[in-house]
Amino acid sequence: MRRFRYEYGAGPLHLLVAIAGLAVAGYGLYRALELVPPVSFLAWFVGGIVGHDFILLPIYSGIGLAAWAIARLGLVDAPRVAALNHVRVPAAISGLIFVVWFPLILGLGGATFEGATGRTTDGYLERWLAITAGLFAVSAVLYAVRVWRARRSRAGAGRRAPSPPSSSSA
Amino acid sequence: MREASAVSEPARRPPLPFPAKPPPGPFRRDFWRSPLRGPWLASFLSSALLPLIVICAITGFISHAAYDPDLGQNAIVGPGGIGFDLYGFNWPTNPAWLYAFTQGLHVVAGVAAIPILLAKLWAVIPQFFEWPPVRSVAHMVDRLGLALLVGGSVFVFLTGVQNIGLWYPWPFNFVPAHYYAAFVFLGALALHVATKLPTVRRSFRERGVIAPLREDLQHTRPEPPSTEPPGEHSSAPTSPAAPTISRRGLLATVGAGSAAVGIIAAGQAIGGPFRSLAVLAPHGPGQGTGPNDFQINKTAASVGIGPADVGPSWQLTVRGASEMALSREDLLRLAQSTQSLPIACVEGWSTTQDWTGVPLAELARLVGAEGSDSLFVESLQQSGAFNQTTLNAGQIADPRSLLALKVNGADLSLDHGFPARLIVPALPGVHNTKWVDTMTFRTA
Repeated sequence: MRRFRYEYGAGPLHLLVAIAGLAVAGYGLYRALELVPPVSFLAWFVGGIVGHDFILLPIYSGIGLAAWAIARLGLVDAPRVAALNHVRVPAAISGLIFVVWFPLILGLGGATFEGATGRTTDGYLERWLAITAGLFAVSAVLYAVRVWRARRSRAGAGRRAPSPPSSSSA
Repeated sequence: MREASAVSEPARRPPLPFPAKPPPGPFRRDFWRSPLRGPWLASFLSSALLPLIVICAITGFISHAAYDPDLGQNAIVGPGGIGFDLYGFNWPTNPAWLYAFTQGLHVVAGVAAIPILLAKLWAVIPQFFEWPPVRSVAHMVDRLGLALLVGGSVFVFLTGVQNIGLWYPWPFNFVPAHYYAAFVFLGALALHVATKLPTVRRSFRERGVIAPLREDLQHTRPEPPSTEPPGEHSSAPTSPAAPTISRRGLLATVGAGSAAVGIIAAGQAIGGPFRSLAVLAPHGPGQGTGPNDFQINKTAASVGIGPADVGPSWQLTVRGASEMALSREDLLRLAQSTQSLPIACVEGWSTTQDWTGVPLAELARLVGAEGSDSLFVESLQQSGAFNQTTLNAGQIADPRSLLALKVNGADLSLDHGFPARLIVPALPGVHNTKWVDTMTFRTA
């Protein structure tokens, strides 16, 4: 048993589970390649990994890095970071909606879409942009509320320091 | 003390001869600066993702069974070979909204999973570039499984998204590709879950399950790499930057994305007052208010059917013990039944309307075919996989199953299947054949 672990790198249970799992996966690959033009299937399979790792991921990592770079410029204080997030969060939500509904937003279905539904893909882009605008508007309002509250509590603290609490600090 | 779980790595043979120093770039752990990454984040995201995947898998196989693939030419995941089909039972007709429910759940759970999946992939990306790339045979097996897992999951979700958006940029048939890629995905997932279970348990034990969600930005700290088992590298950063968002902020954003896309999908699955939420879905709001102004799948023009094909000379041929040819007037003279039934499509949307027509059981009686085991229905539509359907005995016998001639009190429009179409409770939408031409009752 120790010899097995030494050579294999894990216990025999790992090997058993691996055989079972990879057998199911292998069956899926076998049937898929049998029924679907293999080159196009593999192109989309591998292309999916590549597209995600080297296109999609750098895009949203880039947003994170840009955020960090701005923060690193000695501007890391609470209001600056909050402003950053009030831009990043609606952008991220809008982006996630885009990732799921992009075929309609970009009108990619074209003639197939019209043949199937009797409608065109007009209007989807406008609606997504409207949703995006709405998200940013809500975020802006929330940011304004936070800034207003922060100013109020700073003003309140300033007033309290030199004099007894005022009943009008509501 | 009990030996560590069978799937962890105790003393093992020395690693293969890769250079000890990783090449520059993403292979170095200090390349990855986000302070939020770590085993807890990956474990939490996975715990949210797995139930959605399980729901998708179960409802996906249910959808396959709903097509009654053992009847006639209903099987659409591919001919022959060692196919995996769920036989052994006839798809029921009760409740009428059964398929609308299971398939709506499939699509809603599927799209809601996508933001969580993307977040999970972001959280563990440092480990895609771990160095050395192979530490042992077991590790190599794991990484092969991961390639199949990432490839399979991206393929399954991407084809799903494209299908519900009615965009088909690939030259292959969606159904076998999506179905069998799911096997690749689920097989690799089983291996991944089994090998990562100890990591998940450990990270929840050390940091709590939801305790990190109570941290605000000022209290957000990176997960320490010092708690990793020797030789293993987690996704935790060795050179973390200052946090710009808390973990709960990140997870709330991902959750909001999931909710948003899920609500849009649910709007077209549930319909009624919720349809107005499905603003980015193909079958959301914006239909007219007339009796035929509800969602269409497959216009007549797209399958080459025009008014001339369905003129007064159209006759329905019904075969059983005897054979009859019925014009539309003949059909309208038979006893009519009106049923409120949904049509539910595999893309996860449905619509409920009032259908009027001749019960299938009545047509069976007319040709002496009561008690038939199946009904083979053919359309005027010349090409395509769904110009025919085979119904099971329960679907024929259900009094709500109709050959519909009218909808919402008006004649069917051409796009909705004029002069006659099937409507059967709980039957997947595409099997409710339009522009019916012949019906053949069969006994086993």
